[in-house]
Amino acid sequence: MSAQEYAFAVVAAVGAISAIAVVTARNVVHAALYLVVTLLSVGATFLLVGAEFAGWVQILIYVGAIVILFLFGLMLTKAPIGRDTLDNQRRWLGVLVALGVFAGLVFLIDQAFPLADARPFEALRANTGSVGAAMFRDFVLPFEAISFLLLAALIGAIVLARKDEGT
Amino acid sequence: MIRLPFVLLFSSLLFSAGVYGVLARRNAVMVLMAIELMLNAVNVNLVAFSSSLRDVGGQIFALFVIAVAAAEVGIGLAIVILLFRNRASINVDEVNLLRW
Repeated sequence: MSAQEYAFAVVAAVGAISAIAVVTARNVVHAALYLVVTLLSVGATFLLVGAEFAGWVQILIYVGAIVILFLFGLMLTKAPIGRDTLDNQRRWLGVLVALGVFAGLVFLIDQAFPLADARPFEALRANTGSVGAAMFRDFVLPFEAISFLLLAALIGAIVLARKDEGT
Repeated sequence: MIRLPFVLLFSSLLFSAGVYGVLARRNAVMVLMAIELMLNAVNVNLVAFSSSLRDVGGQIFALFVIAVAAAEVGIGLAIVILLFRNRASINVDEVNLLRW
Protein backbone atom coordinates (compact mmCIF):
# COMPACT_ATOMS: atom_id res chain seq x y z
CA MET A 1 0.00 0.00 0.00
CA SER A 2 1.26 3.42 -0.89
CA ALA A 3 1.16 6.50 1.31
CA GLN A 4 -1.76 7.86 -0.69
CA GLU A 5 -3.68 4.68 -0.08
CA TYR A 6 -3.16 4.95 3.68
CA ALA A 7 -4.33 8.56 3.56
CA PHE A 8 -7.36 7.51 1.52
CA ALA A 9 -8.16 4.73 4.03
CA VAL A 10 -8.24 7.26 6.88
CA VAL A 11 -10.31 9.75 4.85
CA ALA A 12 -12.75 7.06 3.70
CA ALA A 13 -13.19 5.66 7.21
CA VAL A 14 -13.96 9.11 8.63
CA GLY A 15 -16.31 9.84 5.73
CA ALA A 16 -18.15 6.53 6.01
CA ILE A 17 -18.65 6.80 9.77
CA SER A 18 -19.92 10.36 9.53
CA ALA A 19 -22.18 9.45 6.57
CA ILE A 20 -23.83 6.81 8.74
CA ALA A 21 -24.03 9.37 11.56
CA VAL A 22 -25.82 11.79 9.20
CA VAL A 23 -28.68 9.37 8.65
CA THR A 24 -28.87 8.11 12.25
CA ALA A 25 -28.25 11.25 14.33
CA ARG A 26 -31.10 12.23 16.65
CA ASN A 27 -30.38 15.94 16.53
CA VAL A 28 -30.90 17.60 13.17
CA VAL A 29 -28.13 20.16 13.70
CA HIS A 30 -25.68 17.39 14.60
CA ALA A 31 -26.69 15.63 11.38
CA ALA A 32 -25.88 18.78 9.40
CA LEU A 33 -22.46 19.01 11.09
CA TYR A 34 -21.74 15.33 10.36
CA LEU A 35 -22.69 16.11 6.76
CA VAL A 36 -19.90 18.73 6.75
CA VAL A 37 -17.38 16.04 7.78
CA THR A 38 -18.63 13.68 5.07
CA LEU A 39 -18.45 16.39 2.40
CA LEU A 40 -14.93 17.35 3.50
CA SER A 41 -13.81 13.73 3.23
CA VAL A 42 -15.31 13.51 -0.26
CA GLY A 43 -13.38 16.67 -1.14
CA ALA A 44 -10.20 15.14 0.28
CA THR A 45 -10.85 12.03 -1.84
CA PHE A 46 -11.05 14.24 -4.93
CA LEU A 47 -7.72 15.83 -4.02
CA LEU A 48 -6.14 12.40 -3.41
CA VAL A 49 -7.12 11.11 -6.86
CA GLY A 50 -5.64 14.23 -8.44
CA ALA A 51 -8.82 16.19 -9.13
CA GLU A 52 -7.61 19.49 -7.73
CA PHE A 53 -10.28 21.83 -9.08
CA ALA A 54 -13.19 19.48 -8.34
CA GLY A 55 -11.92 19.01 -4.78
CA TRP A 56 -11.78 22.71 -3.98
CA VAL A 57 -15.11 23.36 -5.69
CA GLN A 58 -16.60 20.57 -3.60
CA ILE A 59 -15.35 22.20 -0.41
CA LEU A 60 -16.35 25.73 -1.46
CA ILE A 61 -19.81 24.95 -2.80
CA TYR A 62 -20.90 22.16 -0.49
CA VAL A 63 -19.34 23.11 2.83
CA GLY A 64 -19.45 26.83 2.17
CA ALA A 65 -22.89 27.19 0.63
CA ILE A 66 -25.11 24.13 0.65
CA VAL A 67 -24.62 23.22 4.32
CA ILE A 68 -25.30 26.83 5.27
CA LEU A 69 -28.56 26.59 3.30
CA PHE A 70 -29.41 23.41 5.20
CA LEU A 71 -28.73 25.10 8.53
CA PHE A 72 -30.97 28.00 7.52
CA GLY A 73 -33.64 25.50 6.51
CA LEU A 74 -33.38 23.80 9.90
CA MET A 75 -33.53 27.14 11.71
CA LEU A 76 -36.60 28.32 9.81
CA THR A 77 -38.49 25.08 10.43
CA LYS A 78 -38.62 24.22 14.09
CA ALA A 79 -37.66 20.56 13.82
CA PRO A 80 -38.51 18.24 16.68
CA ILE A 81 -35.61 16.26 18.09
CA GLY A 82 -35.60 12.56 18.96
CA ARG A 83 -35.63 9.28 17.14
CA ASP A 84 -39.38 8.69 17.12
CA THR A 85 -40.17 12.03 15.56
CA LEU A 86 -37.25 11.98 13.14
CA ASP A 87 -37.50 8.44 11.78
CA ASN A 88 -40.62 6.68 10.61
CA GLN A 89 -41.86 3.43 12.06
CA ARG A 90 -40.69 1.21 9.21
CA ARG A 91 -37.03 2.12 9.35
CA TRP A 92 -36.01 -1.56 9.56
CA LEU A 93 -37.32 -1.93 6.03
CA GLY A 94 -35.04 0.97 5.13
CA VAL A 95 -32.08 -0.80 6.76
CA LEU A 96 -32.91 -3.93 4.75
CA VAL A 97 -33.13 -2.04 1.44
CA ALA A 98 -29.92 -0.09 2.12
CA LEU A 99 -28.02 -3.26 3.03
CA GLY A 100 -29.38 -4.94 -0.10
CA VAL A 101 -28.22 -2.02 -2.26
CA PHE A 102 -24.81 -2.09 -0.60
CA ALA A 103 -24.43 -5.87 -1.05
CA GLY A 104 -25.46 -5.60 -4.69
CA LEU A 105 -22.99 -2.79 -5.36
CA VAL A 106 -20.16 -4.65 -3.62
CA PHE A 107 -20.93 -7.75 -5.68
CA LEU A 108 -20.92 -5.75 -8.92
CA ILE A 109 -17.68 -3.94 -8.04
CA ASP A 110 -16.03 -7.24 -7.18
CA GLN A 111 -17.17 -8.71 -10.50
CA ALA A 112 -16.05 -5.74 -12.58
CA PHE A 113 -12.85 -4.78 -10.74
CA PRO A 114 -11.60 -7.77 -8.70
CA LEU A 115 -9.60 -6.50 -5.75
CA ALA A 116 -7.06 -9.31 -6.13
CA ASP A 117 -5.68 -8.03 -9.43
CA ALA A 118 -6.44 -4.34 -8.98
CA ARG A 119 -3.39 -2.22 -9.58
CA PRO A 120 -2.92 1.32 -8.29
CA PHE A 121 -3.65 3.77 -11.07
CA GLU A 122 -1.51 6.74 -11.95
CA ALA A 123 -3.80 9.64 -11.03
CA LEU A 124 -4.57 12.17 -13.75
CA ARG A 125 -3.34 15.47 -12.34
CA ALA A 126 -6.10 17.74 -13.61
CA ASN A 127 -5.33 21.29 -12.55
CA THR A 128 -7.66 24.22 -13.00
CA GLY A 129 -6.18 25.06 -16.39
CA SER A 130 -6.85 21.70 -17.98
CA VAL A 131 -10.36 21.49 -16.50
CA GLY A 132 -11.17 24.98 -17.74
CA ALA A 133 -9.77 24.29 -21.20
CA ALA A 134 -11.79 21.08 -21.52
CA MET A 135 -14.93 22.73 -20.18
CA PHE A 136 -14.86 25.65 -22.59
CA ARG A 137 -13.68 23.62 -25.55
CA ASP A 138 -15.84 20.50 -25.40
CA PHE A 139 -18.63 21.24 -22.92
CA VAL A 140 -19.75 24.79 -23.73
CA LEU A 141 -23.38 23.89 -24.43
CA PRO A 142 -23.87 21.86 -21.20
CA PHE A 143 -22.18 24.70 -19.32
CA GLU A 144 -24.64 27.24 -20.70
CA ALA A 145 -27.53 24.89 -19.99
CA ILE A 146 -26.44 24.44 -16.37
CA SER A 147 -26.05 28.21 -15.96
CA PHE A 148 -29.59 28.71 -17.22
CA LEU A 149 -30.84 25.96 -14.89
CA LEU A 150 -29.21 27.66 -11.90
CA LEU A 151 -30.75 31.01 -12.84
CA ALA A 152 -34.18 29.41 -13.20
CA ALA A 153 -33.79 27.62 -9.86
CA LEU A 154 -32.74 30.87 -8.17
CA ILE A 155 -35.76 32.77 -9.47
CA GLY A 156 -38.02 29.83 -8.67
CA ALA A 157 -36.75 29.62 -5.09
CA ILE A 158 -37.32 33.36 -4.57
CA VAL A 159 -40.84 33.16 -6.01
CA LEU A 160 -41.69 30.11 -3.88
CA ALA A 161 -40.31 31.36 -0.58
CA ARG A 162 -41.37 35.01 -0.57
CA LYS A 163 -44.39 36.04 1.41
CA ASP A 164 -47.39 37.30 -0.55
CA GLU A 165 -47.83 40.80 0.81
CA GLY A 166 -51.30 41.19 -0.70
CA THR A 167 -51.25 42.85 -4.12
CA MET B 1 -1.61 5.64 -6.49
CA ILE B 2 -4.89 4.35 -5.12
CA ARG B 3 -6.55 1.14 -6.20
CA LEU B 4 -9.87 1.87 -7.89
CA PRO B 5 -12.10 -0.70 -6.03
CA PHE B 6 -11.40 1.02 -2.69
CA VAL B 7 -12.78 4.30 -3.99
CA LEU B 8 -15.79 2.51 -5.49
CA LEU B 9 -16.48 0.78 -2.17
CA PHE B 10 -16.37 4.13 -0.35
CA SER B 11 -18.84 5.60 -2.81
CA SER B 12 -21.21 2.63 -2.58
CA LEU B 13 -21.21 2.97 1.20
CA LEU B 14 -22.10 6.67 0.89
CA PHE B 15 -24.86 5.75 -1.57
CA SER B 16 -26.33 3.09 0.74
CA ALA B 17 -26.33 5.50 3.67
CA GLY B 18 -28.21 7.96 1.46
CA VAL B 19 -30.76 5.31 0.47
CA TYR B 20 -31.39 4.51 4.13
CA GLY B 21 -31.75 8.19 4.96
CA VAL B 22 -34.32 8.81 2.22
CA LEU B 23 -36.36 5.78 3.29
CA ALA B 24 -36.19 6.18 7.07
CA ARG B 25 -36.26 9.92 7.76
CA ARG B 26 -39.50 11.83 8.29
CA ASN B 27 -38.05 15.32 8.40
CA ALA B 28 -38.01 16.77 4.87
CA VAL B 29 -34.70 18.60 5.42
CA MET B 30 -33.06 15.33 6.52
CA VAL B 31 -34.38 13.65 3.36
CA LEU B 32 -32.70 16.40 1.31
CA MET B 33 -29.44 15.79 3.19
CA ALA B 34 -29.60 12.08 2.38
CA ILE B 35 -30.12 12.96 -1.29
CA GLU B 36 -26.95 15.06 -1.09
CA LEU B 37 -25.11 11.98 0.22
CA MET B 38 -26.24 9.98 -2.81
CA LEU B 39 -25.21 12.75 -5.23
CA ASN B 40 -21.81 12.84 -3.56
CA ALA B 41 -21.41 9.10 -4.02
CA VAL B 42 -22.02 9.60 -7.74
CA ASN B 43 -19.46 12.41 -7.80
CA VAL B 44 -16.84 10.22 -6.14
CA ASN B 45 -17.37 7.59 -8.83
CA LEU B 46 -17.22 10.13 -11.66
CA VAL B 47 -14.00 11.69 -10.41
CA ALA B 48 -12.33 8.35 -9.63
CA PHE B 49 -13.09 6.94 -13.09
CA SER B 50 -12.07 10.21 -14.73
CA SER B 51 -8.73 10.03 -12.96
CA SER B 52 -8.08 6.36 -13.69
CA LEU B 53 -9.18 6.57 -17.35
CA ARG B 54 -7.15 9.79 -17.80
CA ASP B 55 -10.06 11.77 -19.24
CA VAL B 56 -10.99 15.08 -17.68
CA GLY B 57 -14.62 14.86 -18.84
CA GLY B 58 -15.72 12.97 -15.74
CA GLN B 59 -14.57 15.76 -13.47
CA ILE B 60 -16.50 18.29 -15.54
CA PHE B 61 -19.63 16.20 -15.14
CA ALA B 62 -18.96 16.04 -11.41
CA LEU B 63 -18.93 19.85 -11.44
CA PHE B 64 -22.24 19.84 -13.31
CA VAL B 65 -23.68 17.46 -10.71
CA ILE B 66 -22.56 19.88 -7.97
CA ALA B 67 -24.35 22.72 -9.78
CA VAL B 68 -27.52 20.64 -10.15
CA ALA B 69 -27.32 19.72 -6.46
CA ALA B 70 -27.08 23.39 -5.53
CA ALA B 71 -30.15 24.19 -7.61
CA GLU B 72 -31.98 21.22 -6.10
CA VAL B 73 -31.22 22.29 -2.54
CA GLY B 74 -32.37 25.84 -3.26
CA ILE B 75 -35.72 24.74 -4.69
CA GLY B 76 -36.12 21.94 -2.14
CA LEU B 77 -35.61 24.21 0.85
CA ALA B 78 -37.96 26.81 -0.63
CA ILE B 79 -40.63 24.11 -0.92
CA VAL B 80 -39.91 22.91 2.63
CA ILE B 81 -40.24 26.45 4.03
CA LEU B 82 -43.49 26.94 2.11
CA LEU B 83 -44.73 23.62 3.49
CA PHE B 84 -43.83 24.64 7.02
CA ARG B 85 -45.63 27.95 6.58
CA ASN B 86 -48.81 26.26 5.37
CA ARG B 87 -48.95 23.13 7.55
CA ALA B 88 -46.67 24.01 10.51
CA SER B 89 -44.91 20.67 10.02
CA ILE B 90 -42.31 19.26 7.65
CA ASN B 91 -43.07 15.62 8.31
CA VAL B 92 -43.11 13.94 4.91
CA ASP B 93 -45.50 11.24 6.17
CA GLU B 94 -48.19 13.88 6.69
CA VAL B 95 -47.86 15.43 3.25
CA ASN B 96 -50.28 13.26 1.32
CA LEU B 97 -52.42 15.79 -0.52
CA LEU B 98 -51.79 14.13 -3.88
CA ARG B 99 -52.50 10.64 -2.60
CA TRP B 100 -55.64 8.97 -3.93
